[in-house]
Amino acid sequence: MAVLTEAQTEFFEAKIARDEKIEPRDPMPEGYRVHLIRQISQHAHSEVIGMQPEGNWVTRAPSLRAKLILLAKIQDECGHGLYLYSAAETLGISRDEMLAQLHAGKAKYSSIFNYPTLTWADIGAIGWLVDGAAIVNQVSLQRTSYGPYSRAMVRICKEESFHQRQGYEIMAQLMAGTRKQRAMAQDAMNRWWAPALMMFGPPDNDSPRSHDAFNWKIKRESNDTLRQRFIDKTVQQAEVIGLTIPDPDMKFNEATKHYDIGPLNWKEFYEVIKGNGPCNRQRMDHHIQVHEDGAWVREAAQKAMLNGHKPA
Amino acid sequence: MESPLLQYLFRLGDDSLILGHRLSEWCSRAPMLEEDLALTNMALDHIGRAKMLLEYAASFEALGHSADDLAFGRDERHYYNLLMAEVPNGDFAVTMVRMFLFASFDVLRLEELGASHDEVLAGIAQKGVKESRYHRRHAADWIWRLGKGTDESHRRVQRALDALWPYTAEMFDMDDTERVLIEEGIGCDLHTLREIWKKDVSEVILNAGLTLPEDGYMHRGGRNGVHTEALGHIISEMNYGYNMMLA
Repeated sequence: MAVLTEAQTEFFEAKIARDEKIEPRDPMPEGYRVHLIRQISQHAHSEVIGMQPEGNWVTRAPSLRAKLILLAKIQDECGHGLYLYSAAETLGISRDEMLAQLHAGKAKYSSIFNYPTLTWADIGAIGWLVDGAAIVNQVSLQRTSYGPYSRAMVRICKEESFHQRQGYEIMAQLMAGTRKQRAMAQDAMNRWWAPALMMFGPPDNDSPRSHDAFNWKIKRESNDTLRQRFIDKTVQQAEVIGLTIPDPDMKFNEATKHYDIGPLNWKEFYEVIKGNGPCNRQRMDHHIQVHEDGAWVREAAQKAMLNGHKPA
Repeated sequence: MESPLLQYLFRLGDDSLILGHRLSEWCSRAPMLEEDLALTNMALDHIGRAKMLLEYAASFEALGHSADDLAFGRDERHYYNLLMAEVPNGDFAVTMVRMFLFASFDVLRLEELGASHDEVLAGIAQKGVKESRYHRRHAADWIWRLGKGTDESHRRVQRALDALWPYTAEMFDMDDTERVLIEEGIGCDLHTLREIWKKDVSEVILNAGLTLPEDGYMHRGGRNGVHTEALGHIISEMNYGYNMMLA
């Protein structure tokens, strides 16, 4: 890609300064384009890989209503994936290329999905905590500087808030149930709380790519700011239904009016990112296997289209 | 002994429940994201329809069971779906051929039931027929694509058609339960639908360059609760969450 002329650079920077959206045909620095491709494709991959831990419970959901809601939710995630792949495609990369990067391990997805969904309560915890954390991040991204990404976020946020309510409802129902059900909910809370907090990424003083992302207004708020917003709202929700936050060091700070938390296990976070989480290999093997199993269908569709006949 | 209407609602409801279950198994496993969306959509339609039918059944079932009790609280011999619905998904061709054969039948059945004297059943059928028309069209498009696609896709879709054809006659079987309901203007006469169905599916199959299988020996039993080995595995999985919450 050609280096921008002075006039093009000025145009781009002026738009950013005025808080206007950058559109696909606008001139943009190569670094901006590459940063966005990495971020949007990672976001798309996360939606798609996230279908696996949730899909794990579709066939075993405890009621018809729960099954329908879970299916609809996973269908939304699938739609978000499609939508985000399309947004990334406006930057000059194809879905096939993005999938190849994922399969080669060059593109990442949210490391939260490398944890297993062991019980039905984990489906509640994912909806409530994982989607809850994602919403905080995505609401902030509605103001991101790249137009297609920003618009995708507006649409996605509407559906995510329904997902979070779905998860919270599962947790609330279990907490209102038998002793065994309450224990199941608390166990899921204990396992998902810290990984959900780490979804916002490393602490601000250890976040390597943030500088450019802030200058380009791709990122509007810091990891720690977003994490704190999530903590403050979630602690209260947990209290309402009687769940305990699994952090003995957590306390309300009268001076800041925020909840302070104990240390997070960032060593584990980096291990999971490196591929050593409980489900990394399983998630990737599943995705590659499905992609390979479906190759003959995609080829047939392509060939039939080229043959030029019209469906009956 | 169950009333004819209750038995009928189980048959219709179980067709959708079990087929919906099979479709939901595709979640995160489709050949492309667009198809993952479509398969999930069809699963949602069928499980949603099962919910409505079983809620209606629960509303006058004598023992005060809920729709969930009826969906997840029965044993192998008390599900009454067509055998075709429970056949394992196989490859994408098997799933699409099943969808095509079943939805082509379902559209005809639901069009009839839309005029049922039972208003609740008629309402469910009127909603369902719109969904099933879409399912049929989607599946028919794939039959054509796979038939006209590559040698491999042609071979796979023909093999799927041959494997599933022996499950088609059961769709049109009727017993006393159904005859009583036809007399009351509630059920629909399946015998009259068979020729229409066959003409309809033959057209799509031949158009796709495929061979229409012979009407040989046909598998039956679902309407009497006599199933394939696959059903036991479906319900041991499908009923797990429900049973866990009772514990």
